[in-house]
Amino acid sequence: MSTFILLTITGLGLAALYFLVASGLSLIYGLMDVLNFAHGAFLTMGGYAAWLIGDATGSFTLGVLAALVICTLLAALMETTLLRRLYGSHVPQVLLTVGLLLAITALIRSIYGSDAHPLTTPAWMNETTEILGAPIPNNRFLLILVAVAVYLAMSAFLARTRYGLIIRAGVENRAMVTALGIDVRRAFTLVFAIGGALAALAGALTGAINNAVSPEQGINLLIYAFIVVIIGGLGSFRGSALAAILVGLLQQYANFYGLVGAGDLIVVLMLAAILLIRPQGLLGRVAT
Amino acid sequence: MSTPETVLSVSSLDVHLGESHVLQGVSFEVRSGGVTALLGRNGVGKTTTLRGLLGLVPRKGEILLEGRDISRLHTHEVVRLGVGYVPENRDVFAGLTVQENLRLAERPGGPHHYDLVYELFPRLRERLRQRAGTMSGGEQQMLALARALLNDNRLLLIDEPSQGLAPHLVTQLADALARVASLVTVVLVEQNLNLVRRLARDAVVLDQGRVVWTGDVGGLLNDDERTRDYLGVGVAR
Repeated sequence: MSTFILLTITGLGLAALYFLVASGLSLIYGLMDVLNFAHGAFLTMGGYAAWLIGDATGSFTLGVLAALVICTLLAALMETTLLRRLYGSHVPQVLLTVGLLLAITALIRSIYGSDAHPLTTPAWMNETTEILGAPIPNNRFLLILVAVAVYLAMSAFLARTRYGLIIRAGVENRAMVTALGIDVRRAFTLVFAIGGALAALAGALTGAINNAVSPEQGINLLIYAFIVVIIGGLGSFRGSALAAILVGLLQQYANFYGLVGAGDLIVVLMLAAILLIRPQGLLGRVAT
Repeated sequence: MSTPETVLSVSSLDVHLGESHVLQGVSFEVRSGGVTALLGRNGVGKTTTLRGLLGLVPRKGEILLEGRDISRLHTHEVVRLGVGYVPENRDVFAGLTVQENLRLAERPGGPHHYDLVYELFPRLRERLRQRAGTMSGGEQQMLALARALLNDNRLLLIDEPSQGLAPHLVTQLADALARVASLVTVVLVEQNLNLVRRLARDAVVLDQGRVVWTGDVGGLLNDDERTRDYLGVGVAR
């Protein structure tokens, strides 16, 4: 029983991480039709900013906050200066965002080296709390709490603010939003900035649970995030949350109860099944 | 050259969509007040003309709205100058409620004519919390019109409003459109010629991306041969 509880809560922790990465990706694709591979670069930059500023100030929290601010601004800058020129041109967009991912990853590697760097976190994060006999690392609770807070805050933002309304409508039909007299480009910048912030948060928290940051952490996590986005439904915020929980839990259970590597295999099989049975994803809309 | 009576003047409007040269030098004028019908067979470029006027497709040519060139403006800028749009397939936001669809349509600065909208379409007031995607085709059409009517407009572009509606709903729609036309100048794309006869004063006929006839609606629809030549149908009288 305690093993199952441990697997469930650590699985939910993994799901929380996937959700933080995938929700930004999904909103960006839904509103802007952009498959943003550069999201992985923000994951890495978020981790490194948290490490560098956390080390300089001696505060992990300050490091995370600084990572959030830096990546939010960089994402807004990237959207306004580079990506805005390429809306509607899918191949150049993919080339640009893949290029940025590879270039930024290489730049980080060339400056800080290929080795992982230890990330200092508060001691309580590495301690455990016992739940029904299962010792759960506290950093998993932090991940889950942060993801729940982000989910609630984003849900309120999407439901109750005018920009949230514009984003929800824009995910359905961007052209019609402009035909109502709305400058949708501002919403693009905002969504990209939110995506950058969420990626930074995920990058810093990935560093926290691994106790280290590495140049490849963005690329590694990005693959699972794309799987979550597709399973949840491109453009669906709630779909990303649901798919992240399914993927995180299944991966943990399969890795423990199945063969070595069964976690990754089951996730890929789940992706294939969704693409065959419900190509629009669990909560995605059928394209019209 | 537009006159003070002219709301819209279009000269040499060209639109390419992929390999197709859809609009080939379309020119026409829309007089102030009443309805100008944009007619033609399927696929001649009527919807593309409306989308071109709004900048929803890349276009070339001169488009004057009350004398001001709007051909280089973004879609949202054209709309904010007072051009309302009701698209062909309604394009209501299915996942948003009726109330959210209307809130989204509010242009900054107002005023927002909720009284007019609820007077024309009382059903919408009863369904404010309903998701637009769960409404009937007729109700979605009401919502699409309401979104445009919520704001002050100089010109309203309405594309195939009767498409897919039951006959009794077309009659209701015609009543609402007649009221709308008394308030604002309308460019109407419509296949239902009885509706056109009831509502429109002027007509512009397109064929293969070019204007082939302009004039008063009666002059077109009362001439069976001309109607058959240009529109490919006879008119029931």
